Amino acid sequence: MPKLKTLEDLKKLREEAQQDLKVRLETGTKITVGMGTCGIAAGARETMHAILEELKKRNIEAHVTTVGCIGMCVKEPLVDIEQAGKPRITYGNVKPDMVPRLIEEHLIKGNVVEEWVVGRLPTSQ
Amino acid sequence: MRELSLHILDALENSVEAGATRIELLIEEDLQNDILKITIKDNGRGMSEEVVKKALDPFFTTRTTRHVGLGLPLFAAAAQQCNGELRIQSQPGIGTTLEVTFQHSHIDRAPLGDMATTLLAVLMSERPVDIYYKHSIDGRTFELDTAEVRQELGTVPLSHPLVREWLEKTLREGLAALRQPEQ
Ligand SMILES: Nc1ncnc2c1ncn2[C@@H]1O[C@H](COP(=O)(O)OP(=O)(O)O)[C@@H](O)[C@H]1O
Ligand SMILES: [Mg+2]
Repeated sequence: MPKLKTLEDLKKLREEAQQDLKVRLETGTKITVGMGTCGIAAGARETMHAILEELKKRNIEAHVTTVGCIGMCVKEPLVDIEQAGKPRITYGNVKPDMVPRLIEEHLIKGNVVEEWVVGRLPTSQ
Repeated sequence: MRELSLHILDALENSVEAGATRIELLIEEDLQNDILKITIKDNGRGMSEEVVKKALDPFFTTRTTRHVGLGLPLFAAAAQQCNGELRIQSQPGIGTTLEVTFQHSHIDRAPLGDMATTLLAVLMSERPVDIYYKHSIDGRTFELDTAEVRQELGTVPLSHPLVREWLEKTLREGLAALRQPEQ
């Protein structure tokens, strides 16, 4: 990897990214994907990748993170969506081909996709 | 698992769960000697000798959410199936090193697969961690140190979409070039 080019790239990237950093930090949507052994074996990495691609395609602001095993192995891959002022919803057995509908319904239209829900926590605060 | 990069992801997740803040991941493809070697070195909490011995037993786990640990036994079985082995060295309070070898040309050896997404998945972990990744094939090398990237970025986090995209592109292009060097 040519080092100088990389540093140039990063400098440009930093300037670009800094401009919308405030917006990003304040974005209200957090998506968490379980990345324990059972999740990985069930395809969680591909599900995460599909989520990143879909967010990018639709230009949606969301904070995506991964966590280790949370103990619902048979329902992996697990995807948890948290939005300010709304209950936190956990979806189970989320395969990459389910991601577009999940994003469309939950994030864009604001509807919970009931048939895929495996857990629900009341609104925080 | 279908790809070695999935076993690697699983092992990297162990390091993160052990509180590691820096992980070194070395992949060496030595085609002359027909060996593929994966080394994962972390600065996490480490394991006692007793835990190291038990770690390869599928019925052992220190987690409380479930009663079997599967990751390391699966990785070890994949290596053994390909005339290789998985070795663990660990020191409590210092860290853990995993060394996994495979016969490179073995018919049962899974492909490495999507290393870029494996690394992204770890870097997007809730606990911040840096990875130094070095991959060599017959003496040619690709390397990336996210600590250096972080330093260049200042206050911009690695999880920023623009950074994430840059990381993915850099990894994919770098690894493709490593596999298919221009003549
Ligand atoms: N890098 C590491 N650092 C410290 N402890 C580890 C590490 N990798 C594995 N372990 C220990 O070995 C156990 C078994 O690991 P693993 O086979 O991946 O199963 P699991 O992660 O599901 O428990 C873990 O619970 C942990 O106690
Ligand atoms: Mg594990």
